[in-house]
Amino acid sequence: MHSRTTRNLAAAAALGLALAGSAGANPVDETLEVTTDDGTITLTTTAPAPDHLKDAFDTIYSGWHYRDTETRNMERDDFDNPGMVFVDIAREKWDAAIGKNGESCAGCHDGPESMAGLRAVTPRVDATTGKLMIMEDYINTCVTERMGLEAWGTTSKDMKNMLALIALQSRGEIVNVAIDGPAAEYWAKGKEIYYTRYGQLEMSCASCHQDNAGNYIRADHLSQGQISGFPVYRLKDAGLVSAQQRFVGCVRDTRAETFKAGSDEFKALELYVASRGNGLAIEGVGVRH
Amino acid sequence: MAKDAKPRVKVPKSAAAGEVVTIKALISHNMESGQRKDKDGNIIPRSIINRFTCDLNGANVVDVTLEPAISTNPYFEFDAKVDAAGEFKFTWYDDDGSVYEDTKPIAIA
Repeated sequence: MHSRTTRNLAAAAALGLALAGSAGANPVDETLEVTTDDGTITLTTTAPAPDHLKDAFDTIYSGWHYRDTETRNMERDDFDNPGMVFVDIAREKWDAAIGKNGESCAGCHDGPESMAGLRAVTPRVDATTGKLMIMEDYINTCVTERMGLEAWGTTSKDMKNMLALIALQSRGEIVNVAIDGPAAEYWAKGKEIYYTRYGQLEMSCASCHQDNAGNYIRADHLSQGQISGFPVYRLKDAGLVSAQQRFVGCVRDTRAETFKAGSDEFKALELYVASRGNGLAIEGVGVRH
Repeated sequence: MAKDAKPRVKVPKSAAAGEVVTIKALISHNMESGQRKDKDGNIIPRSIINRFTCDLNGANVVDVTLEPAISTNPYFEFDAKVDAAGEFKFTWYDDDGSVYEDTKPIAIA
């Protein structure tokens, strides 16, 4: 029942005090200010729930609010954020002539800054193909069609590094994925998956991230399952984890045969989960346990 | 050269003469311990950064020996007293013989 109290924003400040000495199960009431090379920026990590989610939550929280103090602090400084190493690696890749005929990302797109804003509106239905595209699809379209290479694995290092670089260009921008028009059918499919119980444990995404957000499942503090911080540096894995990869991990934890990363099912799910975070800021590369 | 080894260093742009500044240095590296086995049961050879040094204008600040128990992406944070403007030089030595270097200037404010 702890989570219910957080639905009252007015009570949130008082709650923060009450939690100081306890094993607090609720999202911490703090602000995420990040020290970057270009000064300090403040990221929107709480917001009123989008309309379609009003029945479940009044307020949406980035997963950052559910992590330990040390983990939260790592995300507050770009140097302390271990994910930034992978951004640097991707930046070199961006400029490198890796294509069959010497093409590079920079050759067409100039600097990675040209990707600003993209992360906040994907997944989206692509205007030319009419298909639901996640960021990985966009990257692989370039890799295969423009560069003439074998597609990168959905959860390969090259792919996740590039996801991080592109996401960082949209840091601070507010998630606003379209759920109507051509996206509506994909969104509905994603929503169905979100509320479907899978696996021997018969758990849906909602079992943990909606019904029990803020509670503990053993030692894990359940967040609302927002993906605005993804890709994240996960301390447990000492590496980057993409949303697609996390979906695989979650469904596997229900003791189910999972959909594959990059499958139509998980693309639809990513659109739906992203839409639950409409209103939160893209964090670039988050840091999680 | 180990795959994806890439240094990151943070040094203040300037300091007062005689000031002690904090320096952060990190390198992305697998730090393969030499204790693990692959799928076929063969030992994966050790491949770690075995030494890290930092010099300021030729004078040594730290010289660290790293051992296999140190985890991936080793990170150092240490202080250095800055008497004159100059350049910090950071060097990482890999088991495979590779040497990674980075430099950062510091001015006296």
